[in-house]
Amino acid sequence: MEVFEFEYPASGAVARRAHAGVVASGDLEVLLEPSPDGRARVRVRTSVDGYREVWANVLERFIARWGGAASIEINDFGATPGVVSLRLQQAAEEGAP
Amino acid sequence: MSAGDLARALARRSFVELTARERARALLDAGEQRELLGPFDRLHSPWLERQGIVPQEDDGAVIVRGRLDGREAVAIAIEGRFQGGSIGEVAGAKIAGALDLARAAAERGAPVLPVLLLETGGVRLQEANLGLAVIAEIHASVVALRRHVPVVGVVAGMVGCFGGMSLAAALCSRLVVTRQARLGMNGPEVVEQEAGVEELDASDRPLVWSLVGGEQRHAVGLADALVEDDVDAVAGAVREAFRRGAPHVHWSEEVERFERRLAAIDPAGALDGAALRRLWKREDR
Repeated sequence: MEVFEFEYPASGAVARRAHAGVVASGDLEVLLEPSPDGRARVRVRTSVDGYREVWANVLERFIARWGGAASIEINDFGATPGVVSLRLQQAAEEGAP
Repeated sequence: MSAGDLARALARRSFVELTARERARALLDAGEQRELLGPFDRLHSPWLERQGIVPQEDDGAVIVRGRLDGREAVAIAIEGRFQGGSIGEVAGAKIAGALDLARAAAERGAPVLPVLLLETGGVRLQEANLGLAVIAEIHASVVALRRHVPVVGVVAGMVGCFGGMSLAAALCSRLVVTRQARLGMNGPEVVEQEAGVEELDASDRPLVWSLVGGEQRHAVGLADALVEDDVDAVAGAVREAFRRGAPHVHWSEEVERFERRLAAIDPAGALDGAALRRLWKREDR
């Protein structure tokens, strides 16, 4: 298991907290909450070691496109980048104003 | 397949494919529902992470308060896809705590109908004795609660309900299963591992389901209702179970009847699912 933390500037509004997914094989759990200070923070726990760079790319792209100032926590159990993006999108839509 | 069969199949909304949270919410009346100790309370297992295992923030136990046919209810659902639905210290404490809250409410004269959605391999081995201890607490809580209100269990599949939690299923006042469900003490993989593939080939799915599958368990009288894998069918069977109320005698109080059942079996002879159905006739309760 590895744990990463990322931080990005972000200004988009996040209205409410949102939860998506399950810590099941090939899936992940996303917890998304409004962040108070115009930053997006992501904490990742993943069961698969050695993919820090892939996580950095997926998350950077997602935050750049979406722009929500959110605290995001991810519990990953071997999801592919596609599934990660899907769950992030799902949580972002639920938390949208 | 006729046109009618096809239309019915297409109209079906699978219960088995839902997550624990979706199951709990789909089962209760639409409208006001409130989750207790949800993921944002971050009451996850303190033991998994230090063993290098990613936790889930609700520890795989989802507790939702709501209503069933307008009566106060609590749905307690185990997430079978997280660590095989295994019961660790936190998940187990949440389940036992929810059952105890329902008992306290019943004692105050304000009953809350409890539904247990069991999708679990039993104790979480990474949490060993703490998991076992808390499963014993769940058993005690079910027995204490069913004196006041019927406790209705559901085993939908695909994980099934095994180990110590199969005892929790057997302690329920009424049990609803689907054909996809499995219910037994040792799971087929465990039997194969311990007794050898000659005893049981766990990869032989028809064989496994013929022994511990929902249809078989219903046929030998170890489940009250056998329903399609459909949200409305499961939700309807749970409501029907509460309408019928607790049986006059709970399974766990029928020691002599089950001893007679066991005595009817010759362990030296071969016994398959069909033979067991002939020996153990279903009796409606």
